[in-house]
Amino acid sequence: MNNLNTYLIISAFLFSLGLLGVLQRRNLIGMLISIELMLNAANLNFMAFNRFLSPEPFVGQIIALFIMGLAAAEAAIGLSIILALFRKLHSINIERAQKLKG
Amino acid sequence: MDTSTGLTALAQAAFWITVGFTATGAVIAVFPRNILHNVLGLALALAGVAGLYLCLGSFFIAMMQLLIYVGAICIAIVFAIMLSRPLHLETPQRGVPKVAMALTASAVFFVAITSVTLRTEWTPPIGRGTDYSIETLGHMLLTRYELVFELISLVLLVAIIGAVVTAGFSRRSSS
Repeated sequence: MNNLNTYLIISAFLFSLGLLGVLQRRNLIGMLISIELMLNAANLNFMAFNRFLSPEPFVGQIIALFIMGLAAAEAAIGLSIILALFRKLHSINIERAQKLKG
Repeated sequence: MDTSTGLTALAQAAFWITVGFTATGAVIAVFPRNILHNVLGLALALAGVAGLYLCLGSFFIAMMQLLIYVGAICIAIVFAIMLSRPLHLETPQRGVPKVAMALTASAVFFVAITSVTLRTEWTPPIGRGTDYSIETLGHMLLTRYELVFELISLVLLVAIIGAVVTAGFSRRSSS
């Protein structure tokens, strides 16, 4: 149970669900939720490699903290962009945002 | 002997229950059409990942996961849903060919990553440190890896200013 492959497969499962969500959803907030899932899968990978393979047991934890901060920044920026887009378009359907389309 | 095997079985059961919570939360976060159900599923999946971090032996990262992800990001998403009124209205579903292509792409990705994982021989290095304590982590974060600490505070500051500017500017220009 407690070996590296189990954690890697769990994180691959989370990442592919997030990928499916990003490709399939049209709701912008749903896409943001899927992106958070993918970031978490990457973070779980870092922690698993840190636990089982890394020569120094704190490098992976520091990288995991860094990714968490980046995810918080990304969520703040993404939500404010979604709010601005919603005020302009009165919709969060991603396919309505095509003003830059040639 | 008997109690130790019992404890091992209990730890295994807890591990698989945590994995089940994570998978259920991830499925709820992606598939239902109601956006609030998605956010609740995301919170469940993130709490499950925090439990997996506990299984990996780092208490501090698990607590940070609960604080930052479940406590901050999920609440921010709920606030964004509440601030913009008709978000609960359904957006039209994508057509069947697009959904089929998305399913194929993610299934191919999962199969590829899993087969690569299972075929690789992971060999740990010879001399490995075993110091998982929070004191060492904090010491390293403020001495050898201080650049990470400074960089993340700078990124968060820029993100806060950017979020305020983006949301406030759109309010001025639209009304």
